[in-house]
Amino acid sequence: MAATFFGEVVKAPCRAGTEDEEEEEEEEGRRETPEDREVRQQLARKREVRLLRRQTKTSLEVSLLEKYPCSKFIIAIGNNAVAFLSSFVMNSGVWEEVGCAKLWNEWCRTADTTHLSSTEAFCGFYHLKSNPSVFLCQCSCYVAEDQQYQWLEKVFGSCPRKNMQITILTCRHVTDYKTLESTGSLPSPFLKALKTQNFKDPACCPLLEQPNIVHDLPAAVLSYCQVWKIPAILYLCYTDVMKLDLITVEAFKPILSTRSLKGLVKNIPQSTEILKKLMTTNEIQSNIYT
Amino acid sequence: MDLIISTLNMSKIGYFYTDCLVPMVGNNPYATAEGNSTELSINAEVYSLPSRKLVALQLRSIFIKYKSKPFCEKLLSWVKSSGCARVIVLSSSHSYQRNDLQLRSTPFRYLLTPSMQRSVQNKIKSLNWQEMEKSRCIPEIDDSEFCIRIPGGGITKTLYDESCSKEIQMAVLLKFVSEGDNIPDALGLVEYLNEWLQIIKPLSDDPTASTSRWKIPSSWRLLFGSGLPPALF
Repeated sequence: MAATFFGEVVKAPCRAGTEDEEEEEEEEGRRETPEDREVRQQLARKREVRLLRRQTKTSLEVSLLEKYPCSKFIIAIGNNAVAFLSSFVMNSGVWEEVGCAKLWNEWCRTADTTHLSSTEAFCGFYHLKSNPSVFLCQCSCYVAEDQQYQWLEKVFGSCPRKNMQITILTCRHVTDYKTLESTGSLPSPFLKALKTQNFKDPACCPLLEQPNIVHDLPAAVLSYCQVWKIPAILYLCYTDVMKLDLITVEAFKPILSTRSLKGLVKNIPQSTEILKKLMTTNEIQSNIYT
Repeated sequence: MDLIISTLNMSKIGYFYTDCLVPMVGNNPYATAEGNSTELSINAEVYSLPSRKLVALQLRSIFIKYKSKPFCEKLLSWVKSSGCARVIVLSSSHSYQRNDLQLRSTPFRYLLTPSMQRSVQNKIKSLNWQEMEKSRCIPEIDDSEFCIRIPGGGITKTLYDESCSKEIQMAVLLKFVSEGDNIPDALGLVEYLNEWLQIIKPLSDDPTASTSRWKIPSSWRLLFGSGLPPALF
């Protein structure tokens, strides 16, 4: 837990540790018994990220994008981004699930995508039946710092393709946004973008200015793309409502007119209705009196 | 490091891509205008200034648990394979862990590996710098042995020890610091380094100059958060 500038206590997942922990870790390293090592290795195995095939639930032998050709990959991270892609993109075409990522950490245990309620955490991969090189990832679970590189390896592999384009959608709390004025006066939700050097198309919103930074899985994916010269763009929605929220999801709408989602969205009014229904279903489920 | 890269306008030449550091991205932290503000930066990048044969590695995030030792191994392996003549590590140590003698003296310290000592000892002696003292390996035990300890120095001690055994020419320059606004500490440390390397004209040659000759990067804005809501007052 951590306190924000105004004293609110917020959950701050971080497996990175502090300097004091580093020194303890060094001490432990010197004192570590075979039993300690075994416990640590067991925990590491428990925290492993596994990519499973849809039908057989067996692990993929190679990374996802080594197995399947990919020209376009859209990744939604977090409930609101997932709801946006579900309503506007997945309902506009026929998408087939190719696999899912199974992982466990202190904040998240991923569920099976076949028997899923809208509140459960999952990470599924889909491709468009009419154009199987177009991929989608719906990731509503928290991927911890020590799992992010594993996730990258399992999805992208060690031989990155350059002829694909990546689009990432995610949300951050507006209090994370640094600006001269108070964040309370900002018209949230609002969109910002970050793109890699090789992404030449214009973003549909302003770029994220310094001193603002991004971390977690979106940062891991964008870093990978920058290093390996893959065109990628991250659309970041700053919002004051982190749980599933209609206004936050609709803040992603400007992306519908970009090349990233070109040809993937058919009927926007119908998608908006589907989104409203999704919100209503979730509201009923989150009522503590039912 | 930001001050060195920013002031000398060093060019980015590559990335130290590793799974040992917490991922982070942002736009160019050294942007000076609209035109150069949109180059993406990641958590570990390499910059160079060929005219001074200087290469800088900037680390922008903390280590993932249990990954600090593997990082040190990868870093030193890269230092050796890239043929770096000398390595300088800029670091710090908790000021609250100082002994009485350290409390009364300069807050700056240096350490040299044996191979570095052989090549720069005379120069360092002429600067009248204070070498990092040995202290009790286990502070709570009175008859504990003495060794070099750098509490709060992260991987500094590991890098130093490994460089000693691998015969890498390494110098550690550190300052005793406290938590809080470390901008003055950064300016102090870069001036300390400058006494030796003379990256820019030393202060001693120009007593009227202030530390404002170092270019503060745009990424240092709003270090302590956004503006305050007017309603607070």
